[in-house]
Amino acid sequence: MTEDQSVDASADAVELLQSVVRVARAIFGAAASSVFLLDHATHELVFQAVAGAGEQSLIGTRFPADRGIAGWVAMSGDAMVVDDLSTDATFARDLAESTRYVPNALMAVPLIDRGNVLGVLEVLDPAAQSRTDLAELDLLQLFAAQAATALRMVLAHRSQPAAGFAALRTVQQLTPSDRAAGLQLIDAMRALLATTS
Amino acid sequence: MTSTTVPLRRAGAQKLTELSWGLRGCGPQDIPVQAAGVFRTAVTPELALGSSTGHGVRVCVVDSGIEADHPAVGALSGCYRVDGEDLAVVETDPGDSCGHGTACASIIRQAAPDCELYSVQVLGSSFSGTGNVLLAGLRWAVQQRFDVINMSLSTTRPEFVQALHEMADDAFFARSVIVAAAHNSRVESFPWRFSSVISVGSHQQEDPALILYNPRPPVEFFAQGQNVRVGWLNGSTIRTTGNSFATPRITGLCTRILAKHPQLTVFELKSVLYQIAANVGAASATENEV
Repeated sequence: MTEDQSVDASADAVELLQSVVRVARAIFGAAASSVFLLDHATHELVFQAVAGAGEQSLIGTRFPADRGIAGWVAMSGDAMVVDDLSTDATFARDLAESTRYVPNALMAVPLIDRGNVLGVLEVLDPAAQSRTDLAELDLLQLFAAQAATALRMVLAHRSQPAAGFAALRTVQQLTPSDRAAGLQLIDAMRALLATTS
Repeated sequence: MTSTTVPLRRAGAQKLTELSWGLRGCGPQDIPVQAAGVFRTAVTPELALGSSTGHGVRVCVVDSGIEADHPAVGALSGCYRVDGEDLAVVETDPGDSCGHGTACASIIRQAAPDCELYSVQVLGSSFSGTGNVLLAGLRWAVQQRFDVINMSLSTTRPEFVQALHEMADDAFFARSVIVAAAHNSRVESFPWRFSSVISVGSHQQEDPALILYNPRPPVEFFAQGQNVRVGWLNGSTIRTTGNSFATPRITGLCTRILAKHPQLTVFELKSVLYQIAANVGAASATENEV
């Protein structure tokens, strides 16, 4: 996803992300897991999938990408693990507003593909060991890397028909002389390929 | 015809295996290092630190800002932020968009209680052009010649590498030490990857005093970053884990060393860290003969 693309998850992407949060929740024995995709156009994180505690109806909810733990993860491109959040009133209120679930512990990791942050995967209230162990953080990052690659492939697949239509529109807009020149070029390339094969 | 081969390594030098990015599953006993026999006198923690509290040393936290009047952080000597429009660094009220900068500051305050703490906010003041904002903040900190700059952040964007590298070298020669967190996952990011900064990862021992040197960099030093209690928003504390929180521990250590030995250059400071690391043993008496 490039910086000027807005978030518009297709059915395939939604299905993939739903699978990602379900598996993340199971791996870490968590109360919930969620994925936010980054909308570069509006600088917002968009709630795209949730498993466990939380509301499916919240999918599509947006919040500023420069605030909070998910925001730090999206901006820095690095993971964060926090525990004992119940003492942080601001965090609790913000998250309560966006997810209607207030965790005491949180693991957050960026979904990065080829250097670009696509979004953030969060695991809420994981099993006790996962809250402080570096090895568990490594595991989440490995899983997130796989999820980001899969997401990129789904998004790329989605964009292929659109690219085809765009090419067709370009051809249709050519003048007759440009169109003839283009066909000439294609014939020449075909002939060249025939001689070298 | 037989070709002449050049020895790959000096006799007596330690055999290096593959580069190491972390110490997962390893303890100090797994990475023993014998100090090179070039030092006439062993540098001990007592010699390096004594009773230093970091008094008078100027430390800048380049992060998400620092919360005002946080009990775990105390007084701040100055707060600045990068304007997202023109990338100018302007004075601002204390504040933290996330809690991460406050967490780092609280560790530095604990490690070097009498240092002068400054903040330059590069995350949370503007989302657009995050990399440019980070660069502008670090450049400003280097220009201000802070004694120690804590960077628990990095960027993977290749377009910023050259500028960051030049900045890190400028800081090195200007006696501003950049202490930079390695990325938590095994990815190339910057500036921690440069040899002119002090790069930090987390070991898995829950001992705030334990500092380890990595004989197989790129990550050079390890400190406690696992299960650390830190300052957070609204005067609260939380527990957290990651290289971000090992880094201010080394920042605090550098601050204490510089308070006691203000004349040290960055490479001398790094050598002192190496010599006081728990896994680095003193060279034998004969090796110390020069």
